[in-house]
Amino acid sequence: MDKKTVLNDVHRDMGARMVPFGGWDMPVHYGSQIDEHHAVRRDAGMFDVCHMTVVDLRGARVRAFLQRLLANDVGKLKTAGKALYSCMLKDDGGVIDDLIVYFLTEDWFRLVVNAATTDKDLAWLQDHAEAFDVAVDARFDVGMIAVQGPTARAKAAAALPAELRDAALALKPFSAAHAGDWFVGRTGYTGEDGFELMLPEADTPATWRALAAAGVRPCGLGARDTLRLEAGMNLYGSDMDESLTPLESGLTWTVAWEPAGRDFIGRSALEKHKAAGRLAAFTGLVLEGKGVLRGHQKLYDGEREVGEVTSGGFSPTLERSIAMARVAADAGDALSVDIRGRRIPVRRVKMPFVRNGEACIAL
Amino acid sequence: MSNDVPSDLRYTKSHEWVRIEDDDIVAVGITDHAQELLGDLVFVELPEVGAQLGAGSECAVVESVKAASDVYSPVGGEVVEVNEALADAPETINQEAYEGGWIFRLRLANGDELEGLMDADSYAEHAESEDH
Repeated sequence: MDKKTVLNDVHRDMGARMVPFGGWDMPVHYGSQIDEHHAVRRDAGMFDVCHMTVVDLRGARVRAFLQRLLANDVGKLKTAGKALYSCMLKDDGGVIDDLIVYFLTEDWFRLVVNAATTDKDLAWLQDHAEAFDVAVDARFDVGMIAVQGPTARAKAAAALPAELRDAALALKPFSAAHAGDWFVGRTGYTGEDGFELMLPEADTPATWRALAAAGVRPCGLGARDTLRLEAGMNLYGSDMDESLTPLESGLTWTVAWEPAGRDFIGRSALEKHKAAGRLAAFTGLVLEGKGVLRGHQKLYDGEREVGEVTSGGFSPTLERSIAMARVAADAGDALSVDIRGRRIPVRRVKMPFVRNGEACIAL
Repeated sequence: MSNDVPSDLRYTKSHEWVRIEDDDIVAVGITDHAQELLGDLVFVELPEVGAQLGAGSECAVVESVKAASDVYSPVGGEVVEVNEALADAPETINQEAYEGGWIFRLRLANGDELEGLMDADSYAEHAESEDH
């Protein structure tokens, strides 16, 4: 039996098509995935992300703990409320998960981790927290709604508690504010402006309905995937996992090498990996013919197989098929993809494909 | 979930429909139920005109935002026409699965094969049972 978020009945009421997703019963769309995608690019849409896990870390040495645990450096977080994207690595440099960390107070940081990886994440956190006297508190009592799009913040404001409204609207990108049991981050996974709301489960269904009444369109996981793909944002389990390092997953920018003395877990493995050279490249692709790029399709430079698509699909904004791919260091720019036995040309492009409603690549 | 299942068509378990248009010519497409399961369609790979298809053979691919799905020829015969309009407007299948969303026309090799297909009531029951 798949787990249900606190919004499950609301989704069914609103006509969602429900699908199993990583052990959860989740809405894939409410009629048209493409219309939902456009709503987020042009107006405002919302996503049930209650299946993701909020983890509060408390203790006097929580910053030091995270400087050991994460490949990015929470030393960069100097203002209360600031957020940072990071990978959490194994000793061999493989990615356990990618996450967002918020600095709230010197003895309280908050993580948001992926749903499918929650159990192993918590075990890993717990294992390493003891040495730093850090308490790991998975907040399964917290609901989470992402409200995204150019009008998302304005439309969401009315659904926020009065004491949080002004602070939320004043947030800079990648920062958060909180009041009582409510927490609002100006973050997201779509390439658009917006909020991620963390709130008591009991308030979550009424808030979802209030947002819908304010003109925020309910969107399923289908649109969430095409939006994040266009935004060039990695998906854990497709674009990276425990068998790969961030250096071959387009996530080198999230690894903080400085200060050189910060001994984060996985650092020495990454340094060896980097020194060995010939790292695979992680690249964006645009399909130059008809068809749809999908994960695991093989890529060729001439007759030589040089890599594969890690995640792909149809871009509603560009009306073209796009993908992320991992290719050999020496692969050229003129590649082709094997789709059902046919070779179709693909072009390598720099990601993102789309940001704030605008195409970022030449078509 | 209730979908449109026109009574004048024949159906397959794999969710294709067949319309008998002439003595030996049939049109083929995917059902309203199938398009709803797939979600928004973004690409259709059509068969070649002149191709000889066996009953049950893979002959086209419909790709939605979610996934690629094979289309199987409900009966055997020669492809005499394909719906080129789907190349630019695959969403036509979402909008009108039984009309503008036809995928190809076939000259029947053996008319008796039509007898093996489902009528609307049987198909509606089949689609319903798969939904649960």
